Amino acid sequence: MSSLRILVGVKRVVDSAVKVRVNSAQTGVETANVKHSMNPFDEIAVEEAIRLREKHGKDVVQEIIAVSCGPAKAQETLRTALAMGADRAIHVKTDDNLEPLSVAKLLSKIIGEEKPSLVILGKQAIDDDSNQTGQMLAGLLNWPQATFASKVDIKDGALEVVREVDGGLETVSSSLPAVVTTDLRLNEPRYASLPNIMKAKKKPLKTVSPADLGVDIRSRLQTLRVTEPAKRQGGKIVASVDELLDKLRNEAKVL
Amino acid sequence: MFALIRSRVMARSRFAGAIPGSKVCTPGASALLRHYHKPSRTASFKTLTKDDLEHFKGILPAETILATPAVGGSSDPIELEGFNADWLNKYRGNSQLVLRPKTTQEVSDILKYCNAQGIAVVPQGGNTGLVGGSVPVHDEVILSLRNMSRVRNYDELSGVLVCDAGCVLEELGNYVGERDHIMPLDLGAKGSCHIGGNVATNAGGIRFLRYGSLHGSVLGLEVVLPDGTILDNLSTLRKDNTGYDLKQLFIGSEGSLGVITGVSVITPQRSSAVNVTVLGVTSYENVQRAFALARKRCGEILSAYEFWDATCMGAVLHHQSLKNPLSAEFPFYVLIETSGSNKDHDDEKMGGLLEELLEEGIVEDGALAQDDSQIARMWTMREGIPESLAKTGATYKYDVSIPIPVLYDIVGDIAKRLESAQLYKPGESGFPVKLVCGYGHIGDGNLHLNIVAEKFEDRVTNIFEPYVYEWVKSHRGSISAEHGVGLMKRDHLEYSKSPEMLAYMKRMKEVFDPKGILNPYKVV
Repeated sequence: MSSLRILVGVKRVVDSAVKVRVNSAQTGVETANVKHSMNPFDEIAVEEAIRLREKHGKDVVQEIIAVSCGPAKAQETLRTALAMGADRAIHVKTDDNLEPLSVAKLLSKIIGEEKPSLVILGKQAIDDDSNQTGQMLAGLLNWPQATFASKVDIKDGALEVVREVDGGLETVSSSLPAVVTTDLRLNEPRYASLPNIMKAKKKPLKTVSPADLGVDIRSRLQTLRVTEPAKRQGGKIVASVDELLDKLRNEAKVL
Repeated sequence: MFALIRSRVMARSRFAGAIPGSKVCTPGASALLRHYHKPSRTASFKTLTKDDLEHFKGILPAETILATPAVGGSSDPIELEGFNADWLNKYRGNSQLVLRPKTTQEVSDILKYCNAQGIAVVPQGGNTGLVGGSVPVHDEVILSLRNMSRVRNYDELSGVLVCDAGCVLEELGNYVGERDHIMPLDLGAKGSCHIGGNVATNAGGIRFLRYGSLHGSVLGLEVVLPDGTILDNLSTLRKDNTGYDLKQLFIGSEGSLGVITGVSVITPQRSSAVNVTVLGVTSYENVQRAFALARKRCGEILSAYEFWDATCMGAVLHHQSLKNPLSAEFPFYVLIETSGSNKDHDDEKMGGLLEELLEEGIVEDGALAQDDSQIARMWTMREGIPESLAKTGATYKYDVSIPIPVLYDIVGDIAKRLESAQLYKPGESGFPVKLVCGYGHIGDGNLHLNIVAEKFEDRVTNIFEPYVYEWVKSHRGSISAEHGVGLMKRDHLEYSKSPEMLAYMKRMKEVFDPKGILNPYKVV
C-alpha cells in the first residue's frame, strides 16, 4: 500500500459536561470562565487516525496532521491532539466568528498545501451542531465523502467505511483522497499519556492567518436571537378518568 | 421471621438514591447476612405498644410513619428493610417503627416522648455508614431525617450555607455548584448520604486534604437533645469565641449525644481550573515520593491525593466497565487533582510536576484528563472501589490512620496471615477469602484496608481482628480514621484512646443522655 498522510480537524468547544447558559445579550451561550475542551467527535477523529497508523504501520500512514481554526486558545486543543499522537499541528489563528463554510474554505487551502490522502473530521461540533463542514469541504475539493462513520478501514489504497444511517448501517467504499466524518460509535478515544504529553511539547505547531491563506471568512449568517428552551412544566396526578379527559380536552387541547 | 427476611434480602446500592427500600441485587446476598456479635437488649428500654403508635400518630402526619402490625400499624415489614439494614448488609436490626418527621419541632416532640417513656431511638440519615452506627441493633425506633431536606439560606458572598440535616450531599453540591461554589467535603456516598450524617460522623472524604475537617467548616448546628430540648447554635459567624464551643461535641458524636436537624457550613469557591491525573507507580516508596514532590511543586493548588493497589484497580475496572488509562498494569495507582483559578498557571504547574515525576523515575506512566468526562471517569476509578468490592463478596472494612511510611505494610501483613491460615491464596479462587487490598486518602495518612470474603464468618474475622487494632495501636495510630465507631468498634476504643479519655467520654454521654435512649449500644 502506498503511503498516505492523514489530516484531522479539531475544534475547541465548551466542555460537554458543562451546563451552558444563554448570555444576557441573548446572542449566544456564556463562554467566559467556562471549561472548554476538544469537541468529542474530533477526539474520535484523532483516535481513528492514530489507530489507522497503529494498524497499518508508520510506512503506510506517514504523518498525522492536526488542524484547528480559532482564537489563541485553540492551541490547547492542538496540544491535546499532539499528546494523543498526532505528529504536527497547524493553527489558523483568528478571533472572528467562523461559520462551517469559512472553515471548509480554510481547510481546503491547507489541504491544497499539505496534500493529505485522507481527511477525518468530527461529524458536528457540539456547540453549533451544524453537521456541515465535512460535507462542504468534500464539495469544495470535489472529493468523495463518507459521513457518520462507525467503522473505517483502508484496503489496497481504497477506503471502506460503515456509515450510520436512519435505516441501519451502510457500507461504502471509495477511492482516496476522501473526507470522512466520525460518529460516536467509531471508537473510544485514548487518554493523553504522560510520555506522549512530554513528546508533544517538542512537536511542531505552525500558526497561520486566514489572510495568509487568502480566504475571506466574513460571516454570511446573522444570529438574531438565542433563547433557552421553554422550562418543563411539572406533571399533575389526576384522580379519575373523567378528570383526565377533562384536562386533555380543555387544558392540553388534544381531544 | 429471620427466614422470611433472608429469602428476600437484597443489598442496597450506595448510588440508588434516597428511596426507601430501593436496592440493587448483590450476588450471593443471602449468604452475606449479618455476622457480628449483638450486645443483648437493654431490659429497661420500653417495648413499643399500640398506645405509643397512637401517640406518634397524634403528633406526626400519617404518611411519615411506617409501623408494622407488631406495634399496631399496617406496613409490611419489607418496607422497613432499607431502614433496618446497613449498606454493607452486615448489620441489621428489627425495628418495627420508622418516623420521618418534617420539622425540628416534630423531632423534639418525638424525643421528648421517647425520653419520658424510655423508648430507645436510632437517628438515621442516608444510611451509608460503614460501622453499623445508623441502624438499630434491636427494636429501637428509627428516626429518619430524610423528610427534612430544605436549603434554609445561602449567602453567595460569604459562601455560608444553612440547610436541614436531611439534605443529600450531592444535591447540595449541585445547588451551590450553580452558584459557583462547592461543598467542603466529597465522598463516594454523596448520592445518598445526608449532610446531617456527614456532620454527625465528622466525615472525611476526598477533599479533606484541601478543605480540612468538618470541625473547621461547620459554623453552626441546630441539635435536638435526647430530652427534646432544641439547642439552637445555628450561627453563620466565622469567628465567635463566646464560651465553650458545644457544637464540636456533636460533630463526630455519631448521633449519640443529640440529633442534628440543621447545619450551617462554609462552602469554598469553585475552582475554574481542575486537572486530574492517574499515575502508575511501581512501589509504595514511590507513592510517598510522588506525594512529597506534589506538595512541593503544586502544594497550593493540590486538592486531592489518593492511591489504590492493583487488586482494587482490577475490581473497579471490571465492575465499572472502565478501560485502564495506562499502558500497563502497575502495583500502585495514584490520583492527583489540582484546583485553581487560572488554567494557564495550573497547567504549567501540573505539567512541570508530571515531567519531573517521569524524569526522576518516580512514576512509570500516567494519563492526564483532557476534558470533564475523562476527569469523571478517573475519579470513578477511585470512588467506585467500595462498590466494586461489595459486588465481589462480603467486605470487611478497616479504616485506619497510620504513619504514612508504614501505611501499606499492614495490607501485606494481613495477606500473609490469611495465607498461613490456608484461608487465602492471591489470584486463586476457591478459598474463603477472595481479595486483600488497600486504598485511600494517603495524603491524610488514611488507609482503607479491605478483605473480601465469600461470607462474613468468625474463622476469617479472627485472623485479623483484633490483630489489625493491635498493629495500629503499636504505631500510635487510629483504629478509625474517618468511618467512626458505631457498633463495630465500640469495644475496641482502648486501642486508640486512653482509659481517662474514655471515662470522660462516658461522662459527656451521661450529661446529654442520662437515660441512654439515643443510639444505644454504640460509640461509648
